[in-house]
Amino acid sequence: MIEVKDLKKNFGDKAVLKGVNVVMEAGKCNLIIGASGSGKTVFMKCLVGLFQPDEGEILYNGVNYTNMDDEQRKGIRKEIGMLFQGSALFDSQTVEQNILFPLNMFTNDTMPQKMKRVNEVLDRVQLKDVNKKFPAELSGGMKKRVGIARAIVLNPKYLFCDEPNSGLDPQTSLVIDKLIKEITVEYNITTIVNTHDMNSVMEIGDHIIYMHQGLKEWEGNNKEIIFSKNELLNEFIFASEFLKDAKDMRMLEQTGKIDNDRNMDELIK
Amino acid sequence: MTLFTEFGRYLLMIKGMFSKPENGKMYWKEFMHQCGEIGIGSLGIVVLISFFIGAVSTLQTAYQLVSPLIPKSTIAQIVRDTIILEFAPTLVCIVLAGVIGSKISSELGNMRVSEQIDALEIMGINTKAYLVAPKIAAALLTIPMLIVISGALGIWGGRLAGTLSGILSPQEFDTGLLSAFVPYNVFFALIKAYTFAFIISSISAFYGYHVNGGALEIGRASTKSVVVSCIAILFADYVLSALLLSN
Ligand SMILES: Nc1ncnc2c1ncn2[C@@H]1O[C@H](COP(=O)(O)OP(=O)(O)OP(=O)(O)O)[C@@H](O)[C@H]1O
Ligand SMILES: [Mg+2]
Repeated sequence: MIEVKDLKKNFGDKAVLKGVNVVMEAGKCNLIIGASGSGKTVFMKCLVGLFQPDEGEILYNGVNYTNMDDEQRKGIRKEIGMLFQGSALFDSQTVEQNILFPLNMFTNDTMPQKMKRVNEVLDRVQLKDVNKKFPAELSGGMKKRVGIARAIVLNPKYLFCDEPNSGLDPQTSLVIDKLIKEITVEYNITTIVNTHDMNSVMEIGDHIIYMHQGLKEWEGNNKEIIFSKNELLNEFIFASEFLKDAKDMRMLEQTGKIDNDRNMDELIK
Repeated sequence: MTLFTEFGRYLLMIKGMFSKPENGKMYWKEFMHQCGEIGIGSLGIVVLISFFIGAVSTLQTAYQLVSPLIPKSTIAQIVRDTIILEFAPTLVCIVLAGVIGSKISSELGNMRVSEQIDALEIMGINTKAYLVAPKIAAALLTIPMLIVISGALGIWGGRLAGTLSGILSPQEFDTGLLSAFVPYNVFFALIKAYTFAFIISSISAFYGYHVNGGALEIGRASTKSVVVSCIAILFADYVLSALLLSN
């Protein structure tokens, strides 16, 4: 479980996070959604300690992470797996070496054991025949999946994914979402996912935090989000006519009536 | 950023390198890798320039010593001393500042910009210790070796050039080479080599590690690391000469 209390972060005189309070539970996919530039990545980097917040506290299972020095943080960091927005693979190493790296660094397993684990996680992200390839030889989506494989290879307690499915086709995207959901439940991980992919939101959003201009504007789950009355949130998620239609259909299904201010005659036609 | 904050951050980076390795074997592997990159990687250029520096200094020394009263073997003596005292350590290190310095700073800069350093940090690795320290250690091991090779090759180049151009015979050269030899000079050259090795590797690692921005900044950092290392080398050269050669 991760608790965030009144988190603030400025860059110069630009306030990016203006006091975020949120509790993220284990065994759940905590999604952070919000427009591009709303501070999702900054929020995530504050949580893992890559940015030092200006104010506020971050508690990992009740332990205050904010005031720790780097040496003390190492303990918690070993339990963190993170997928970066740009994948951040070691480009001088092959896919296999990338995933082996955390194993080499932190375990005393034998090579066959480590290789078994590498192939296991590569399997989980549905990558085949890429072991000996270099990151430069992979497509963006494949890099993402290698990034996830590397993040989960040590069975982390906390998993951070910055846009795990941007640049993926809807099908692979779904596979990744399901994988994230599965391991979250299976190993009781506290998972935090930054995304603006509405499919993921609906698929795995156990706990959704909508960020707007550095503040938590709305919070709920994937059932509540559809019927939310929050205007900013609605503007954000139902940006396209197609999604608006989908929302209306769902409403019709569940409540027997459509409740919106769009012209109904047009919709029925 | 002012000079002082920059220097402060440099010292902090050096201080941050000293921590217990997360896994000694991986650090050792990285160290060996860097020895290859830094030492073997720049062997070719060192061989080439040393040879020519030696050859040129024989020709130019001969050109300047026109008096018939001075024996020809003196040329060899002068060539030996300038190569050991100045050319092999300083000139070669200036070149190495370009070769190794730009390589280290652009490698680290690229890792910073593409968030690879952040990824290592998140895994719970002290990146200053894992990425910077092995580079500095490898430079401290290999650069003095390169300087020794450079000195030997420089003198050999001088001998060859002297013979080929008919300035002095190999026997004359060898006589000069062995006369009035001061072993302290070799010690001085090695002190310089260690100092410059530290300057080159730590300064370029500093600029690379602290890159902020994109590809353009990587280029800037690598230029800056070369310029600053060269200035620091020349300054240190002056200080060391003043301290260790005054009698
Ligand atoms: N290192 C930095 N220095 C200065 N400003 C920054 C830095 N990183 C982010 N910002 C600013 O913080 C704001 C939020 O950026 P952030 O990367 O968190 O957005 P995001 O929500 O992740 O967007 P996207 O969905 O496009 O990834 C942006 O306005 C950006 O300019
Ligand atoms: Mg982002």
